[in-house]
Amino acid sequence: MSKMKTNHVGDVMQKLGPLLGLMVLVITVSILNPSFLEPLNLLNLLRQVAINALIAYGMTFVILTGGIDLSVGSILALSSALMAGMMVSGIDPILAILIGSLLGALMGMVNGLLITKGKMAPFIATLATMTMFRGLTLVYTDGNPITGLGESYAFQLFGRGYFLGIPVPAITMLLSFGVLWVILHKTPFGRKTYAIGGNEKAALISGIKVSRIKVMIYSLAGLLSALAGAILTSRLNSAQPTAGISYELDAIAAVVLGGTSLSGGRGLIIGTLIGALIIGTLNNGLNLLGVSSFFQMVVKGVVIIIAVLIDRKKAA
Amino acid sequence: MQISMTNIHKAFGSHKVLEGVNIEIQNGEVHALMGENGAGKSTLMNILTGLHKKDSGTIIVDGKETVFDNPKQAENNGVAFIHQELNIWPDLTVLENLFINKEPVTRFGLLNTRKMKAVANEQFKKLAISIPLHQEAGKCSVGQQQMIEIAKALMTDAKVIIMDEPTAALTEREIQTLFKVIQSLKEHGVSIVYISHRMEEIFTICDSITVMRDGKTVDTKPIPDTSFDEVVRKMVGRELTDRFPERSPNPGDTMLEVKGLSRKGAFEDVSFSVRSGEIVGVSGLMGAGRTEIMRTIFGLDGRYGGEIHLNGKQVTIKSPHQAVSLGLGFITEDRKEEGLVLDFSLKDNIALPSLYSFAPKGLINEKSEQDFVELLIKRLTIKTESARTSAKNLSGGNQQKVVIAKWIGIGPKVLILDEPTRGVDVGAKREIYQLMNELTERGVAIIMVSSELPEVLGMSDRILVFREGKLTGEVSKEEATQEKIMTLATGGHEDE
Repeated sequence: MSKMKTNHVGDVMQKLGPLLGLMVLVITVSILNPSFLEPLNLLNLLRQVAINALIAYGMTFVILTGGIDLSVGSILALSSALMAGMMVSGIDPILAILIGSLLGALMGMVNGLLITKGKMAPFIATLATMTMFRGLTLVYTDGNPITGLGESYAFQLFGRGYFLGIPVPAITMLLSFGVLWVILHKTPFGRKTYAIGGNEKAALISGIKVSRIKVMIYSLAGLLSALAGAILTSRLNSAQPTAGISYELDAIAAVVLGGTSLSGGRGLIIGTLIGALIIGTLNNGLNLLGVSSFFQMVVKGVVIIIAVLIDRKKAA
Repeated sequence: MQISMTNIHKAFGSHKVLEGVNIEIQNGEVHALMGENGAGKSTLMNILTGLHKKDSGTIIVDGKETVFDNPKQAENNGVAFIHQELNIWPDLTVLENLFINKEPVTRFGLLNTRKMKAVANEQFKKLAISIPLHQEAGKCSVGQQQMIEIAKALMTDAKVIIMDEPTAALTEREIQTLFKVIQSLKEHGVSIVYISHRMEEIFTICDSITVMRDGKTVDTKPIPDTSFDEVVRKMVGRELTDRFPERSPNPGDTMLEVKGLSRKGAFEDVSFSVRSGEIVGVSGLMGAGRTEIMRTIFGLDGRYGGEIHLNGKQVTIKSPHQAVSLGLGFITEDRKEEGLVLDFSLKDNIALPSLYSFAPKGLINEKSEQDFVELLIKRLTIKTESARTSAKNLSGGNQQKVVIAKWIGIGPKVLILDEPTRGVDVGAKREIYQLMNELTERGVAIIMVSSELPEVLGMSDRILVFREGKLTGEVSKEEATQEKIMTLATGGHEDE
């Protein structure tokens, strides 16, 4: 009985822990530099967070099944290059983003098929495709940025614009969150995601098409990476062959900071959003405080360690 | 070694688990500890071996009040606990397993393999075990692994060995070996605390018995002074008129039929059928291919030879998903590994195979899901605080009911139960049997794989016996006897 009670406390902590961390961080940064709280800075922060958050959402599903996806940064770069290429060749930018996102989903599907049909460990499969997609990006762009994407207003809006005073990427981030939250918590698909991570054998025997769900989840991760790629392309008004390098690590960090267990089955997508905000606040805050970018990496690493240590304490 | 635990109390939070338990273990005796799941047996033994701390009470070991701080310390002082879940490193060799964390080293700090082998061989000889020391432990049978654990315990000079359900996964032959070992341990003055749900074994091997119920000691008696019925009565606190409820089978049409089912290396040319409303028992020794046949029928192992007919129509079952949509349910022998998502609540576990029926428009209707689950919880009398309780917090019997509830939820035509009452206490067992009867009354066809002969004899309308992947016989309820089934299962003669 007491066990159940601590479990409830654990549940609450799982939900509140990351939020508490974010609040402590925001308060600390605000005290050290009050200009952090200026609306312009906060909106800017939301826009900066959007790309990582989108990738991390997909990573959340992947990690909930007990997997990992290292290829998200490369998928971002390759789909960004393909979108830019289409635009340069005169395809309507919105259509290019749509096609590019589908191509991103297709790249994710390759991961899913390697992992399910090829029975490869997710780490190895996505390590290979990470290298492969990056290589394809370099081949396609010949190592040079793709520029001259035209003056389409809608396209520029996607990464740089505002709607009702809120940056469009932030809106994309929040809308996607809403949709994915419903999928994860209110649909059979979401329940199956947790079931696979919690006990894959039991999920299979319960009649869940484990392979198909996994393929769909890696495709989703690819789709979201491509969407993040579209935002980046619009923001830079170009496609960079080296875009998205090490983004997978930021995404994994956001998921872990959000309290999701790397062994699968346990975690929340709201945690991931908060995790991404924590990383964004750190980046933004440390910049405001004039900390060198070299040192920023050290601080980020330390924060992750502290967060996970606290998480372990809770679990014990 | 003599151990006496007096007036032991223990509470987890506000939940009292032990309320004044007494037990006395004499030198060189085999002492049975019985009680339903959740009666407090494991907690008591965990307190003795230092995993949990008692709230009050005294533990006296050889005349001295003693409290072990942790299991390691208990082991060093001669009290070893062999848990139901074995502590085996499957990728290490038998030898490496025996010496894990207590490897002898040479004066250069390298492993002293020669010494290890000598000690191991001597120990194995004493126990009459013949397992090659260089074999990977994962390749040993569960029975052999059990022996490895016992050898390990004895190598630490254990004077008291606690065995929790040691025979749960053993074959009849392995059980006989284990009993011989226990006998010889006794002669060497080692005491054994024997935790088991199997009444027959306790009356065969034990000298005295302590029965626990709801965190209290009900009685302690020498085995010759008590009876099977008395023990059951004390355990459940009420009369159990019979272990197996009355069955009046009324079989209908053939529901499932397999013809010439084969799978290379596992079983061949298996043909049988199950009618609606019928319970067909499947008996055989471990390795007879029983579980493999069921897995194949359920689409878990992919391609197979032969035919499967359901409701008179031939079907090809390629995946569990397909099996489930055809109305098959499979309660596997290992509920923790294959039956439950332990982190999931009862509700989520029970709803798992029938999720789509609560999500006609894509979103799960949690109200109807909840109602459905509540209904099943009530119907199966699952003891739980709420439908939101984690499956891992339930006792074995209740966990098994959750797995059964999950399959009743799909409205199955054919239900395969593999060892349906393993690790389940007497009271819950009877409830499960009753449930099987209810299901057959509603026309469900049941295949029950079981290694417990009394269960097979008590519940089946017909019994199929397998040996080494082949169906060696079919016995009707009327002509079935333990001897007959064992003869078919072992391929021996009736006097063997």
